[in-house]
Amino acid sequence: MARTSEQHGVFIRVDVDEQVRGDAELAAKLEEVCPVDIYANADGKVEVVERNLDECILCNLCVEAAPPGGVVVKKLYDGTELRR
Amino acid sequence: MRFYEYESRRIVESAGIPVTEYGFCRTADEARAAAERIGGPTVIKSQVLTGGRMKAGGVKFADSPEEAASHAEEILQLEISGHMPVGVLVDPKAEVEQEYYAAVLWDGRAKRPMMLFSDMGGIDIEEVAEQHPDHVGRGHLSNLHPVPDFRAKEVVAAAGGLTGRELTRATPILARLAQLQRDYDMTLAEINPLARLSDGSFVALDAHMEMEDEAVPRQTKKLAKLEIEVDEPRELYEPSDFERNVKAIDEADHRGVIQGKDHGFDGNLGLVIGAGGGSLTLTDAVRSQGGRPANYAEIGGNPSVAKAKGLAMEVLKKEGVEKIAVMMSIVSNTRVDIVARGVIKACLALGKDPAETITVFRIPGAWEEEGAKILGKYGIEFKDRSTSMWEAAGEAVQKVQGAG
Amino acid sequence: MSILLGEDFTFIVQGITGREAVNLTKECLDYGSKVVGGVTPGRKGREVHGVPVFDTVAQAVDNHGSEIDGSVVTVPPAFTKDAVIESIENGIKLIVVVTERIPRRDVAEMVELANLRGARIIGPNCLGLIVPGVCKMGGIGGPASDAAKAYERGRIGVMSRSGGMTTEISSTLTAAGLGVSTAISIGGDAIIGSTYAELMPLYEEDEETEAIVIYTEPGGRMEAELVDWREQSGSRLPIVAFMAGKFMDEEEMKGMSFGHAGTIVEGAEDSATEKIKRLEDAGIPVVERIDEIPGAVKEKLGVAA
Repeated sequence: MARTSEQHGVFIRVDVDEQVRGDAELAAKLEEVCPVDIYANADGKVEVVERNLDECILCNLCVEAAPPGGVVVKKLYDGTELRR
Repeated sequence: MRFYEYESRRIVESAGIPVTEYGFCRTADEARAAAERIGGPTVIKSQVLTGGRMKAGGVKFADSPEEAASHAEEILQLEISGHMPVGVLVDPKAEVEQEYYAAVLWDGRAKRPMMLFSDMGGIDIEEVAEQHPDHVGRGHLSNLHPVPDFRAKEVVAAAGGLTGRELTRATPILARLAQLQRDYDMTLAEINPLARLSDGSFVALDAHMEMEDEAVPRQTKKLAKLEIEVDEPRELYEPSDFERNVKAIDEADHRGVIQGKDHGFDGNLGLVIGAGGGSLTLTDAVRSQGGRPANYAEIGGNPSVAKAKGLAMEVLKKEGVEKIAVMMSIVSNTRVDIVARGVIKACLALGKDPAETITVFRIPGAWEEEGAKILGKYGIEFKDRSTSMWEAAGEAVQKVQGAG
Repeated sequence: MSILLGEDFTFIVQGITGREAVNLTKECLDYGSKVVGGVTPGRKGREVHGVPVFDTVAQAVDNHGSEIDGSVVTVPPAFTKDAVIESIENGIKLIVVVTERIPRRDVAEMVELANLRGARIIGPNCLGLIVPGVCKMGGIGGPASDAAKAYERGRIGVMSRSGGMTTEISSTLTAAGLGVSTAISIGGDAIIGSTYAELMPLYEEDEETEAIVIYTEPGGRMEAELVDWREQSGSRLPIVAFMAGKFMDEEEMKGMSFGHAGTIVEGAEDSATEKIKRLEDAGIPVVERIDEIPGAVKEKLGVAA
């Protein structure tokens, strides 16, 4: 039985805190800094582009762009996190 | 990039070298018209990129325009080594007094173009060079100076002691061929035979040109002026679906490089390997230990997860492939963890168990600790540099044979 | 001693603001190499990891205040020849050309000019060279910590047509306690600046180098050139070789291209089989496996395995 399925976020999950999700400035900044387009600026709201999650290169730029705890990158394969 | 004979004629003619009154024809009617225009006996030649046309019946002589048309009709439908002709060349059957050989090609050891000339043309030049060395003249060209006529003269004069009108007429042809080789970035610019007709004039009876692939982008405009299409596929064989799909994935994403070839490979072990030298080494290592690769591949640069996944999926989709070996020489700018994610995702997307499907994962180098963590989560053992390339290939072969 | 590079060796990076160049600049700096400037036309005044960027090589030399020894060129193929000639004409003597897909004619021009001016080109289509612990010139070995893992100072000179295999072989020699004196990724193109035979005299004069390992592939005549050089020079250096791409000799593979631009077989002479025979006849063993290299080298050195 072979099924072809497109799975996103197999290795990486990104948690954006509710409190900063609506921060227009942050939304713009995240879209700019992420080298693999995980973040999109959806009318001033932070949107996570699911299909790019697994491209995360663990550069930490998103974590640093947000206030502490605003953005957390979770490595699903070992449970550790990138957070500030 | 290979050229059809009729295209080579156009190129040679544009360089100021005399060619015959040939006609390039796509139909039997056109061939008839060309033969009428030429008047007299003609030669009808299949226009394919492979050799062996004569033997395959792709070269025929015609005494009348009607015969030319009927030969053309036949030849246009004759497949040679898997290729269908794009047309036929109709040449006047020449009254040849003597045949010569002229070529300009790269001498890699000297790092310069080299001119070759012989007064024994029409046959295999390597044989001539071996058996009649004093009938072959050679000379190198500086890359920094314009092509000097006297060099061409020296080379012609050294070919069987040519002198007189033969020398003075052949010299400019060789010089122009050298200029052509430079102007068109040819790796080979060959005229065999160059014929001397009964009136003493020289004419190129056949021309064989090959342009360096790397130079094609800067030559397209010049070629377009001669109505030579660069986009037309010129492979010696038809690319497979696998090859085409991998190429498409590579071209759609600028991150890193992937390549896949399976022409001539019919095995059951899929190879997801790199980089260039590593791929050659690993393919040898698999074969030397009794393995049968299903394909050749190269991963290079810093590919995205999607690209690595794309290559692995295409390999796994090949008929007869149940398992893959993921192996590379020590990597510096390819990330081990990214490749790991890619190959695992490929397995998941096809509903396959990564641990069952990936016989071995041996990629030491950049981000290897992270890669090891990812693989560990999926039950795949990460092989670092303490496992040699040979050993990794051997393990893969054993696992595939064990299963079969 | 090592060859070509030393502690005081200075170099620039041409095309320094490009993605690959930014990366290798950091790697080289972290390794301790003296990257004294970069050149990208139009970007004068910028900095890449603290390295000043200029519009011209002349400005970089001027800023440095004295001759600059080398350049790493990562400029796209249409502009590489011009960039290399610019360096040559500004007195730079060692030029590593990383760029691939440069038309052969351009390469041949650069190389001929370099010869005339007493300069040396390594590459193109190469990863550079490294003297372990002293200087890394190019992307060879990757980030400094990775390069340190694979390359330990020692007695073996390494020359390879494949960048990745330079590191694989060097790592194998390092693990075996032999180490590397100088490793050079000589490039994968049909025409390159420095062939095995052209580099051998440098290793010959280097007291630190006791043996040579070469990695090679089908295509080209460098092995014949090497064998001829050895015969004529009476070299003291034993050589061990590894040949990749033997499968290309198979009938089904004829006419196909694999690997680098230079790996094109044009006649029987440049096939893997012919080359292996030529090397072995000349007393250069061609091992079957990369992991057999240290053993073969030790045997040549008369050292216990």
